Amino acid sequence: MVNVEKRFANWVRFIALSPPRMIKPEISIEATNLTKVYGSLTAIEDVSFEIKRGEVLGFLGPNGAGKSTTMRILCGLVRATSGLATIGGISVVEYPEKVKRLVGYMPENNPLPDELRVVEYLRYRGQLKGLGPREAHARVEEVLELCDLHRKARRQIIGTLSKGFRQRVGIADALLTNPEVVIMDEPTIGLDPHQTKIIRDLINNRRGGMTFVISSHILPEVELCCDRILIINQGRIVAKGTSASLREEYIPAKAFRIKAKGELEGLIGELRSLDPEMEISALMEIDEDGFHEFSLKTLNPGIAGEQLLAVIQKNSSWVLREIAEVEASLEEIFLAATKRSWEETLGRKPKKIGIVQMEPPLNEPEPPKESQSE
Amino acid sequence: MRGFLTILRHEIFVLLISPATFVAGFLFLLMMWLVYWQVLKAMPSKELPVSLFFQLFWLPVLFMVPLLTMRSIAEERRMGTLESTLTTPTTPLAIVAGKFAGAYVVFLSFWVLALGYPILTSFQVPEGSANFSFMEASPLIGGLLFVAVSGTMYVAAGIFASSLTRSQLVAAMLCFAILFMVILGEQILFTYSGNPETVPGRWQPILDYLRTFRQLEDFSRGIVDSRPFVLYFSSAFVLLGIAVVVVERKATR
Repeated sequence: MVNVEKRFANWVRFIALSPPRMIKPEISIEATNLTKVYGSLTAIEDVSFEIKRGEVLGFLGPNGAGKSTTMRILCGLVRATSGLATIGGISVVEYPEKVKRLVGYMPENNPLPDELRVVEYLRYRGQLKGLGPREAHARVEEVLELCDLHRKARRQIIGTLSKGFRQRVGIADALLTNPEVVIMDEPTIGLDPHQTKIIRDLINNRRGGMTFVISSHILPEVELCCDRILIINQGRIVAKGTSASLREEYIPAKAFRIKAKGELEGLIGELRSLDPEMEISALMEIDEDGFHEFSLKTLNPGIAGEQLLAVIQKNSSWVLREIAEVEASLEEIFLAATKRSWEETLGRKPKKIGIVQMEPPLNEPEPPKESQSE
Repeated sequence: MRGFLTILRHEIFVLLISPATFVAGFLFLLMMWLVYWQVLKAMPSKELPVSLFFQLFWLPVLFMVPLLTMRSIAEERRMGTLESTLTTPTTPLAIVAGKFAGAYVVFLSFWVLALGYPILTSFQVPEGSANFSFMEASPLIGGLLFVAVSGTMYVAAGIFASSLTRSQLVAAMLCFAILFMVILGEQILFTYSGNPETVPGRWQPILDYLRTFRQLEDFSRGIVDSRPFVLYFSSAFVLLGIAVVVVERKATR
């Protein structure tokens, strides 16, 4: 009963709040207040975003966050409880067949029939997607070459293929009709670095032409090939933007890595004179040459490498080997964004500074570990 | 019905490369050969060998149809390939209809092959050497027509059972149970309740209408009534209709 009321309320809110739909030619995918409820579980709630034509979007989120549900709604596989999804300005619910022509989808786990040969399967898929037999034949040859399946693998039974080759068959299938939008759920899972590079190059070659939505847990890969990133957690969009803008929002602290030798307490004191709130953490203790490696994190945007260098060079007993500004990785951004959303859900005040503490601070002693008695 | 022909071609191809189809075909032809051999040994009889041959049609149907249809939707649901198919412009109706048509074509092909026994016998045995006819056109055509008409419902029952589960084994058992009840259920009911005419008045025409063996008898005699057509085709439509709804609801969850 509660669910029925919730669904009804969602619909009313959606109808009342949504303005008359305008087709925006530059927008390829538009999701407006998408909500999907399975029984008592709300898989996604009020998910809204836009993806421009030719853009490559990385869709991130922890397991069970609602990534696959959102992707399945966009493909017309699952109907949203409320909200509107359009592909190329066409409503997914009103014209599912038209939308399915515009979308190439590679589902999670990439299900493939084990008994068919690669070429047979792709020809069958091509015809299912509306290509004529001759056209399907020609397109299959193209995608086989594109995905490096045209040699030995083309006549191989799918059941005998390795994980990497199976993934490539799934990607070839998604690209088969040269669709306007390609949605891939974990496309690089199980691929070796060489195969991952092939997929990345493939996406790069089509950048600007096709719109890609890629869900992945391999965050460095997403950062390398995506123009924009969308992070979903507990069914809600918690962050969206380019990796630079997300870095600015979630990890505003500047970080430096320093490798130096000398009297450490004095050096830390001098560095702190630049910013008393500077956080200094040890990454590595003394190496064989007596050099300390540590990281600095500061919220003061005015602090640059030159200033740090000047401080270290003040005292001739300090020997500097390395100083580098370290950009926060997408993994850190992802952790900060999801952590903030959890804190908001639990009603806690979100942390003001998005510093992800990787190691205990240098001048705070680590609590002694309890020795395990046998 | 976009994609129906593609699904149909694919389904026939997959059935032809599936070991279960070969097992079903081999067992079916072996059983029909044994049936025909026993029929010939029992000759001369009041009935024609072809009529007797078709009277035992239910025996191979009970295992052949489950073997042919068990994997059609259940396996695709288990593997997740049904979901992939639904991401194309193909509709659930085309998927179910294509799978049904594929299994039905193979089902009929097996029966056509089984007819080779009476046809070959009639060619091999010189005319007039026996005091009965090996080949009579009307019971042969009537029997085959009955098998074709009733087969729509039997194969549809198999597709329906396959749509309900992800397990091929459960689908096969469910299909066997449905076919057993449909083909032999009322025969067993009559056997235990005595004479069909003792059944209460208002139930009698309904039960009579459902009697598979009476329909087969009529077809073999050349009596083609429209009622069995309505019964089998409408049942097939209902079963396939439910399968379409199941595919639409369960595969897209």
